[in-house]
Amino acid sequence: MSNCLETKFNDILFKNPVIPASGTFGFGREYEAFYDLNKLGGLCSKGLTLEPKSGNRGIRLWETPAGLMNSIGLENPGVDAFIKNEWPHLKDIDTVTIINVGGKDEESYLTAIKKLNAIDAKLIELNISCPNVKAGGMAYGIKAATAGEITKKVVAISRHPVMVKLSPNGEAIADIAKACEEAGAQGISLINTLQGMAIDYKKKAVVFDNLYAGLSGPAVKPIALRMTHQVCQAVRIPVMAMGGISNWEDALEFIMAGATCIQVGTMNFNNPLAPIEMIEGLEAYCQKEGLANISEIRGII
Amino acid sequence: MAIIQSNECISPDIYKMSVTFSGTVLPGQFFMLRAWDKDPLLSRPISVHDYVPGKVTFLYQVVGKGTKILAKLKTGDNVEIQGPYGNGFPEITGDLCVVGGGIGVAPLYYLVKHYKEKKPNGNCRVYLGFRENAYCVEAYEAIADEVILDIGGIITNQLRVQPDEVVMTCGPEIMMASVAKTVPLENVVYVSMEAHMACGIGACLGCTCETKSGNKKVCKDGPVFLREEVFYV
Repeated sequence: MSNCLETKFNDILFKNPVIPASGTFGFGREYEAFYDLNKLGGLCSKGLTLEPKSGNRGIRLWETPAGLMNSIGLENPGVDAFIKNEWPHLKDIDTVTIINVGGKDEESYLTAIKKLNAIDAKLIELNISCPNVKAGGMAYGIKAATAGEITKKVVAISRHPVMVKLSPNGEAIADIAKACEEAGAQGISLINTLQGMAIDYKKKAVVFDNLYAGLSGPAVKPIALRMTHQVCQAVRIPVMAMGGISNWEDALEFIMAGATCIQVGTMNFNNPLAPIEMIEGLEAYCQKEGLANISEIRGII
Repeated sequence: MAIIQSNECISPDIYKMSVTFSGTVLPGQFFMLRAWDKDPLLSRPISVHDYVPGKVTFLYQVVGKGTKILAKLKTGDNVEIQGPYGNGFPEITGDLCVVGGGIGVAPLYYLVKHYKEKKPNGNCRVYLGFRENAYCVEAYEAIADEVILDIGGIITNQLRVQPDEVVMTCGPEIMMASVAKTVPLENVVYVSMEAHMACGIGACLGCTCETKSGNKKVCKDGPVFLREEVFYV
């Protein structure tokens, strides 16, 4: 196999730039029935919090044209149970493991990060952008000032490099990205879901118990692409882009806009093989275009 | 990819589709079906109505965009099927009583058929409730020992369970809650739950169902649960 897709994210080497996104891939196990996870460039864990979370009640999913709204609410087993039950399995996969971490307040973020210092992950994805939890979550991520503050504190105590996952629901995203970069973040990932709303007219009621929910899928791709471009223009740290990426052509567009890696989220539900098909598609593209490495077309836009 | 052998309307908005399938299936399991690209985005979880080696049959109601597309498919067309998924109904030793409401009757046919094949001398009674139009009643009459039908009323009002019967039910949650409440605690009751689902394999956590032992995934831990796990009795 050629190494035309090998990608460096700072000094972390990815065999290819395709990574299933947090919250759409569990801890990997479910997709082992479909393909060899060692083929993935990386793998991003379900969002973890210090304590276990049972998530939101009521309907959690709602389809929209070419999109999906979710209100899962960060259901997860908590950091301790993750380290005990999931990490031993995850660590043996030959791919870059990224641990997504959320929190309800500063203390819970920092305690979770300290506990994760005990394992040898490659990268932390700091989730300050989940729209579906009442406390914390997006509250930190919608303003450059608060995003910078929490990033600085997390970077100071994390022994892993920290990539901050940004929300599209706040202040100008490039400003938030710059604040995170100044605070010491080693990377940016974007976008988390766009906050939306669904009403069931037949029931004369809102669909989600939590009122608003996060929209993802092909429907949001043009917005995600624009934001990726803006952030890539604004910061020097590497960017991991996501938002409606559904095939290798989409992936390529985000890389042309400046993304170092891309994440595949909602499309895992549409087509479990989506990440693998993207890797194959990108590889074929490089060969056809005569690119020694995909980096040759990165950021050309 | 499966090839459609037949896809016919058997009652207003109710379709029966048979497709080629080479694996094996348990009663109560389901498949994720799709015959479209990105809109709708997700596949549709559809329970197995019948299975014979080489062929699986689905009974489904046209509700939204996805099932509308499924209803238009013709013999010879392709449909993508992923599965079978879910735990399915367990094998039992006693007599069987099944209670189905509306399109919830779908998975009970293969359940009854499978039961009678495994246990030819076992007794199986079937309660079927429909709001307006009944369907599949003759098919159930052909394989069950007794079929009790209700159209437009409340099927659970007629429900009389024998002491040695295991009850299995699928239908509107309000109906299953009523079954859970009215069947004596001495009887074992299994309920087949439904939820909005994205992946069907336990990754998205969209189909979570609250149980006495914490959150469970309808797609992977279910869809079949013991009554006492999901309903307060």
